[in-house]
Amino acid sequence: MSLTAPIDLGLAILLLGLAVWVIAASATYRAAEGFIAYGLVLALVWVRVGSVDVALTEAALGSGLTGLLLLRAAARLPPADPAETARPGKGVRVLAALLSAILTGGLAAVVLLLPEPAPTLAPAAAASLPATGMGNPVTGVLLAYRAIDTLGESIVLVLALVGLWSLAPDGAWGGRPGALTTAPAGSALRFLAQVLPPFGILVGIHLLWVGADHPGGKFQGATVIAAMWVLILIAGLRRPPTVTSRAMRWLVVVGSLLFVGIGAAGTWLAGAFLAYPDGLAKPLILAIEAALTLSVAVILGLLLAGPPEAECPTEARS
Amino acid sequence: MSEATLFGLCGAALVGLGLYGLICHPGALRKILAFNLIGSGVFLLFGVIARRGAASGFGGDPVPQALVITGLVVAFAATALAVALVLRLAQTAGRTGLDPEPPARPDAAPERPS
Repeated sequence: MSLTAPIDLGLAILLLGLAVWVIAASATYRAAEGFIAYGLVLALVWVRVGSVDVALTEAALGSGLTGLLLLRAAARLPPADPAETARPGKGVRVLAALLSAILTGGLAAVVLLLPEPAPTLAPAAAASLPATGMGNPVTGVLLAYRAIDTLGESIVLVLALVGLWSLAPDGAWGGRPGALTTAPAGSALRFLAQVLPPFGILVGIHLLWVGADHPGGKFQGATVIAAMWVLILIAGLRRPPTVTSRAMRWLVVVGSLLFVGIGAAGTWLAGAFLAYPDGLAKPLILAIEAALTLSVAVILGLLLAGPPEAECPTEARS
Repeated sequence: MSEATLFGLCGAALVGLGLYGLICHPGALRKILAFNLIGSGVFLLFGVIARRGAASGFGGDPVPQALVITGLVVAFAATALAVALVLRLAQTAGRTGLDPEPPARPDAAPERPS
């Protein structure tokens, strides 16, 4: 404890400093850059509070993909909009600071007054772990103890994609997502996009596979695979599929469909929705994880690629 | 002070910082950034509660950890949707803020949301 205390303090100061940077930076682009660094430091903090699974997710998704999304948006927004530079008056800012300070003070009091001993669901999660054949308690919770949350989440992802696509302008429907297409990429980026994806996909599959017994899992693996796809799209080596592509739509929903199907089968075979029959838990969980990895990777990539855009005005309505 | 308390206080400060940015930044993209700060602060508070609930040989209570992973994925989906809404607003109304009375612009007729 005495050895790690200075590291913890340094991490906390760095984290808060970067958060202040994200809020105070003058340009949106620089704030988004700060957010990426903030996410990486936050991932280290997650390691320090003992949640390596969350740290992997934060580094890949919270920092990497969210940062890319915000950077692209900052680059695409019209620059120097007067509405964006006009700040609220001093009175509003003082009131907001006061409100934020009260909120922080209240939350800090809650942190300092948390009950002893801390309530925990760890024994309940541990009790259901041997039946699933999983060694990683977080994966066990995600797919057995609280599988309903994970099912809901996989459906939320599909709905988010539906919402995103419905923002397409009239005439652009049937086009390709355009948020990631750039000016011709430099040769260094093209080279990176040719060399890195095989390794990245292996890392993603590895994360999925070891997630049964060690930190990792389908979301972390899917995020890495999605990042590889996005890298290829940004480098211009491949184009995103059109939103009307049947094959891609099947990939988007296959994870949720399989999850719902196996969950519903559990109603008859194991006596409850989302329950697994004895002895079959591990293979079923692996099947759900594999299908969900595929779907989540495709959905994350498509969420980054944005709504479909008309490629040029003449072919937009064809 | 244990690391759980230290990072719990950090999470509380992040929520406050994010709320300040959410109120004071007129740009919609900056509001999204600030909202993500609030979210990460809430997740960190939850992570601290998971840390304190360490039992049964685990380094932390796995239930809050799993919920935070779920939350991170949903937060990303919501952020992607919000960013797409902002880009569409800029496309159709020519503005990037949420102020209902934007400054007059000669090149784009602002649409008031109904």
